[in-house]
Amino acid sequence: MSSQIKYRTESRLERVLRNGRFAVTAELNPPDSANPDDVYRAAIVLSQVCDGINAVDASGANVHMSSVAICALLTRAGYEPVYQVAARDRNRIAIQGDLLGAAAMGVRNVLFITGDDVANGDQPQAKRVFDMDSIQLLRMARIMRDEGVFLSGRKITTPPRLFLGAAANPFAPPYEWRPLRLAKKIAAGAEFIQTQYCFDTPRFSAYMQRVRDLGLHEKVFILVGVGPLRSARTAEFMRNKVPGVVIPDAIVDRLKKTPKKRQKAEGKKIAIEIIQQVKEIEGVAGVHVMAYRQEELVAEIIEEAGLLPRPYRKGVIPAAIPTHSRQERIV
Amino acid sequence: MIHDIVHRYPHFLEVVYDFTVWFVSLFRRWLKPGGVTERFFVWFERITKGPMFHCQMCGQCVLHSTGMACPMTCPKNLRNGPCGGVRSNGHCEVLPEMKCVWVQAWEGARRMPTYGYELLMITPPHNWRLANSSSWLNMMTGRDQEHPRGWVTNHDDALALKPYFYATVEEGKS
Repeated sequence: MSSQIKYRTESRLERVLRNGRFAVTAELNPPDSANPDDVYRAAIVLSQVCDGINAVDASGANVHMSSVAICALLTRAGYEPVYQVAARDRNRIAIQGDLLGAAAMGVRNVLFITGDDVANGDQPQAKRVFDMDSIQLLRMARIMRDEGVFLSGRKITTPPRLFLGAAANPFAPPYEWRPLRLAKKIAAGAEFIQTQYCFDTPRFSAYMQRVRDLGLHEKVFILVGVGPLRSARTAEFMRNKVPGVVIPDAIVDRLKKTPKKRQKAEGKKIAIEIIQQVKEIEGVAGVHVMAYRQEELVAEIIEEAGLLPRPYRKGVIPAAIPTHSRQERIV
Repeated sequence: MIHDIVHRYPHFLEVVYDFTVWFVSLFRRWLKPGGVTERFFVWFERITKGPMFHCQMCGQCVLHSTGMACPMTCPKNLRNGPCGGVRSNGHCEVLPEMKCVWVQAWEGARRMPTYGYELLMITPPHNWRLANSSSWLNMMTGRDQEHPRGWVTNHDDALALKPYFYATVEEGKS
């Protein structure tokens, strides 16, 4: 059977998805440091529990280690990163070059996003780039991979074989447009989707109904964004301050009613419940687990949601040797 | 003011668009980029499209494909639809007091029987060289259709969704 499946890339994530296995990806919080060990320390926890590690591109428009550099570190140690590219910071010349570079370093997955606005980050004085939007970037990467040319038409000797991803937010208006926008992303080249945090499962079910009506679930793999809320205060903060995150009152109230000490555990429980709910929805191909600076918690959630062991890991479990530390000692 | 009034009548704007294309094409022969003609056109577009659409003079006008909402007024200059940051009240992530350009585009497109469905098509990357030039002149000379040489235009998927798009409009009415 599996010999009949046509892979477009060497991506392990693609292999998991095209074989109909429920996929798990997780987000790595980029360090504010130039020490590679900070990346490896987080990655080793995640690598055991997921099929792809997202290297975020200055999330929230805050400066962190760049996503392409994190990907370089991860592929060196044998991990499977998902390279995130935000339209916010770089123009088409920089991004095309980075796609080639990333593929050369062994990156097999890329995710194109618009990016949170500069105004919400730690350096609101910065100039916005937004040369191309996420849909145009997707189409561009598809052209580079499948036509083997740059946007200029110039030939690429070895095209970047990248599994192409996009983000979706079913929880932001205009709600009726969102499934059609997903269709546009698929037309542009998206092969997998990672959604924004899902806390409102009824709204997500309604969205998926539309997606199925349009037959889109057969054209793209949808990974639902899930994450734990640390406390009632975090929930309040996230829904008021983080653009695009919608948390229903029911969930905030549930956390508020829980004693402060047990709120973290309750938040984890909610995340696991959401995973179990969305897993049953037709057309959902996996989950994307995000937790700000809580990699251990991510691992626990994935384990307790019954998503272990991860498939296709033979011979790919990384050695995870932080080579830099050794080099430092030699010097 | 004028902006808010004209956006109540997207279908009327559609008709105005068709008229403009026809009217400008009458003078096709005399329209040459550069020189006095271009300067006159730039000035004329500024004083008409400025108040009506808060036109940013990108020189590659796609208003009829975006429900008559100018995508360049989106702080992120998105040309293919809303980002994920739209607030629950339909306002912009960056400018909380402004209605999201794409929410307005969606409402407009649904009331535009001729061009509304073009919202589903992929808008090619913007040619930033055309900034501050006349989009009408660029339309007549075909400059606004000069996309990067490697770009692939394919609207089959969007056209296939056209009936679904208008069906949801009817659904919304009943």
